[in-house]
Amino acid sequence: MSAENSTSSGTAPGDRVAIGISFGNSNSSIAVTSVDDKAEVIANEDGDRQIPSIISYVDGEEYNGQQAKQQLIRNSKNTVAYFRDFLGQDFKSIDPTHCHASAHPIEHESTIAFTIQDKEEGDPSTVTISEIATRQFRRLKQSASDFTGKKVNAAVITIPTNFSEKQKAAITKSANDAGLEVLQLIHEPVAALLAYDARPESKVSDKNVVVVDLGGTRSDVAVIASRGGIYTTLATAHDYEFAGVHLDKVLEDHFAKEFIKWNTTDPRLEARSMAKLKLEAEATKKALSIGTNANFSVESLAEGADFASTINRLRYETIARKVFDGFSRLVEGVVKKAGLDVLDIDEVILSGGTSHTPKIAKNFAAIFPESTTIFAPSTTPTAINPSELQARGAALQASLITEYESEDIEQSTHPAVTTVKHLTNAIGVLAITGDESKGIFTPILSAETSVPARRTIHINVPKEGGDVLVKIVEGGSHIKVTKPEPKPKTNGAKDDSDDSDEDSDDEPEEQREKVWKVGSVLAELAVKDTKKGGKVEVMINVAGDLGVTITAREVGAKGGVRGNLSAP
Amino acid sequence: MATHANVNLPLPILPTGWTAEKEFKAIGKLSAATQRSIEPVGPHFLAHARRARHKRTFSEDDRIQAQENAKKVEDDDSGEISEPEDPSMLLRDAKDWKQQDHYAVLGLSKYRYKATEDQIKRAHRKKVLKHHPDKRAAAGGTEDDSFFKCIQKATEVLLDPVKRRQFDSVDERADVEPPTKKQAKDGKYYKLWSNVFKAEGRFSRTQPVPKFGDEKSSKEDVDAFYNFFYNFDSWRSFEYQDEDVPDDNENRDQKRHMERKNNNARKKKKTEDSARLRQLVDQVMAGDERIKIFRQQANASKNKKKLDKELAEKQAKEAKEAEKLKAEQDKKDAEEKAKVERESSKKSKEQAKAAVKKNRRVMKGSVKDANYFVSGEPPAAVINDVLADVELIQGKIDADETAELADKLRDLKLAADIKNVWSAEAKRLVGASKIKEGDVKTFV
Repeated sequence: MSAENSTSSGTAPGDRVAIGISFGNSNSSIAVTSVDDKAEVIANEDGDRQIPSIISYVDGEEYNGQQAKQQLIRNSKNTVAYFRDFLGQDFKSIDPTHCHASAHPIEHESTIAFTIQDKEEGDPSTVTISEIATRQFRRLKQSASDFTGKKVNAAVITIPTNFSEKQKAAITKSANDAGLEVLQLIHEPVAALLAYDARPESKVSDKNVVVVDLGGTRSDVAVIASRGGIYTTLATAHDYEFAGVHLDKVLEDHFAKEFIKWNTTDPRLEARSMAKLKLEAEATKKALSIGTNANFSVESLAEGADFASTINRLRYETIARKVFDGFSRLVEGVVKKAGLDVLDIDEVILSGGTSHTPKIAKNFAAIFPESTTIFAPSTTPTAINPSELQARGAALQASLITEYESEDIEQSTHPAVTTVKHLTNAIGVLAITGDESKGIFTPILSAETSVPARRTIHINVPKEGGDVLVKIVEGGSHIKVTKPEPKPKTNGAKDDSDDSDEDSDDEPEEQREKVWKVGSVLAELAVKDTKKGGKVEVMINVAGDLGVTITAREVGAKGGVRGNLSAP
Repeated sequence: MATHANVNLPLPILPTGWTAEKEFKAIGKLSAATQRSIEPVGPHFLAHARRARHKRTFSEDDRIQAQENAKKVEDDDSGEISEPEDPSMLLRDAKDWKQQDHYAVLGLSKYRYKATEDQIKRAHRKKVLKHHPDKRAAAGGTEDDSFFKCIQKATEVLLDPVKRRQFDSVDERADVEPPTKKQAKDGKYYKLWSNVFKAEGRFSRTQPVPKFGDEKSSKEDVDAFYNFFYNFDSWRSFEYQDEDVPDDNENRDQKRHMERKNNNARKKKKTEDSARLRQLVDQVMAGDERIKIFRQQANASKNKKKLDKELAEKQAKEAKEAEKLKAEQDKKDAEEKAKVERESSKKSKEQAKAAVKKNRRVMKGSVKDANYFVSGEPPAAVINDVLADVELIQGKIDADETAELADKLRDLKLAADIKNVWSAEAKRLVGASKIKEGDVKTFV
């Protein structure tokens, strides 16, 4: 009780028990960090790690998760589903499509509500969206409390990147009402990225990451520049036309047609049959992500007729191609929107339940060059379960900030701290290849690095040692497209970021590679009397006002050269 | 940020003739930057935020962080176990260890039952370093090791969880005396009592113990507190105060007797302790303003319900009465109206009757004036016939027609005119088939 009262003012850091919550339209999940700072997604009392975001009422008793989902068949009027995106919106701007087979949203005192029979007796009551979300949070909190044995009172919650301030306020209020202090709201793609970067084997580096979050009712893609562990979102795209339900729809139609062949009625015309069809189609889709064959069987699908059938993965991939292609186009579009090329992307992270589908990861692998790592269960064995990424990221963030006073968190996430300058061009040093005397640009700081920033590199000296020149330049990358000869020659380029397709043997494809163009020279430094086989350490420190400090010294030697460039 | 990337391509050789002051030549400046928002997530962002908020550079931040980390280790080592030692305590004899305050001996008297095992170990080590008999001897003191034995005994008790619990059970120095009424005045009531129950809570088997709270605590919290302390599950036991049981080789009966005695004493003390706590809770509850307020609130809401109900009943009764009154009034009004109507209709009827009579008289008079339509004295049979006709016609026509007919007849003097009028009337009635043609004898 005392925790619920004090959540608005913030719990003292010592009394906090914080979890990470991923609260989605279709599913929610909760994660905690264990003693060794490993995030772990926890199961609710039914044993589900993906808890359907559905609340259902039967005779005044509340059901949540998978149990509530089953109620969509028999008790759809008192079952509220797919409501996350309604939070903080007005009735005009919501899309109630997905709620068609459950309780329908209605306009109620400038907010959205559902009319449901949530008490054993009496008239149906009108429950606002905020209250529904609070009830969902309460269930999640309860599950987490049962698991940890401590009363959970704080959380980091993930939200889509396009949530408005009003929606953020609404989700915070709902969580507060459920007795959860919202430590921070973090963006879903960043949470997914954080979950991957927190693995012990991952190193802090400069990379461009595409986070593809394929959910049940919406798909979100974000291009994130990760620079020394600091994340900047470069571009985002949101799509409501290609998502998990659309894959379900493909299967529903497929099996409905099959059913009509044997029985004369169309199961899609009757609400209850449709609900059964939908649930089983989703299960079949999930089964097809794991095995190559899946069963589809529903008892009494329509007019008392049972239905059983099988489908193999190939067939599924054929009939669902339109949706898969939609995902691919979405990803390509957002990379372009960020002003990047697919060759600039170092990692693709697949997140969200729909990402389990192997074909999607395969399609993405075809879009991006081979050097790009696609983090999906079907392409990378070490990939983290895409459904759990966001909750894990949130839990990691929760463990990081749970020690801070809420005031500190607020100050740290203030735009004055988060809005900083980003480099437009890469900064690097000119090196030479073994035989050429022409400079080769070697980036030290990549473009889109937030300042202040500091990077250090170690660079070889020529074989014989002696005096060397360190030339600091700005550099830009561009994509070089070489049309090969009619007869494609063997891979001559050394750059391994070549887009070399094995299956295009007969038709020549253009070779695309990323090349650096040397821009304006910033400074020159001389490091004298280097030893044979030695290394030179070059450190570039860019201050918040874009002033640059450059230090160069031989590794192991004292002193070194140091110089400043004033801010522009 | 000690990580660095390795580049395998070599650096170019310094061109001959390249010179610069301090080997550094600034040539260009960075091109303009774009403003973007970074995501406030992850350990590296927190480092960034720390630097930004404290306006530190990378190297400053590295240094400060390193210092802080180093300091933590140091703190752990030194500890805050540095209490001044009571000179009288140093003279203690280890034989009467039951009476000694083990926490004070180790310099942990401000932690007491809260002291962790680690703290006890470190405190012990610190004391040993200081009070070891060899050290004393080296410092030129006596080789008296009695306090050192006290330290060893204290450590032995406190590091054994069972013995420590026994000692904590009777460690009255950790108790907080309940405040007197005078002390608890001026709003200090909650603070003082809160400390008392914090200390009492240490004996609870169920942890954490609900807090006493303050004047703003909710009813649930306060109820939870009192429920907890009225059903207090205590691990407190009183073995520590047992009398020494004699050795085995002495009288066995004596030994058993002592054990029984001890057991009974323990039980008695335990009951006394429970009673004491109960009394304490009674005392605090009696003085707790919050309970009174909650009761008042409950009463108020109860009374409100009652009053509301009464009001509603009263209103309903009034409404019913008003309705009844109105209904009665209506009935009365209707009756009066009906009476008036009835009376008025009686009058008019009488008038009409009188008029009809008068008119009939006029009619009969008219035939009489016409001398029954014969010249000379009319014979009785003629009079009879004429009058029969007149009566027949009179009987068939209503009051209005009677009046009309009487008007026509009133001023006529000639027998022929009168007869014409009668004949016309008779014809009309025959036409209206009110009388048959043969019925009228005279007015044909």
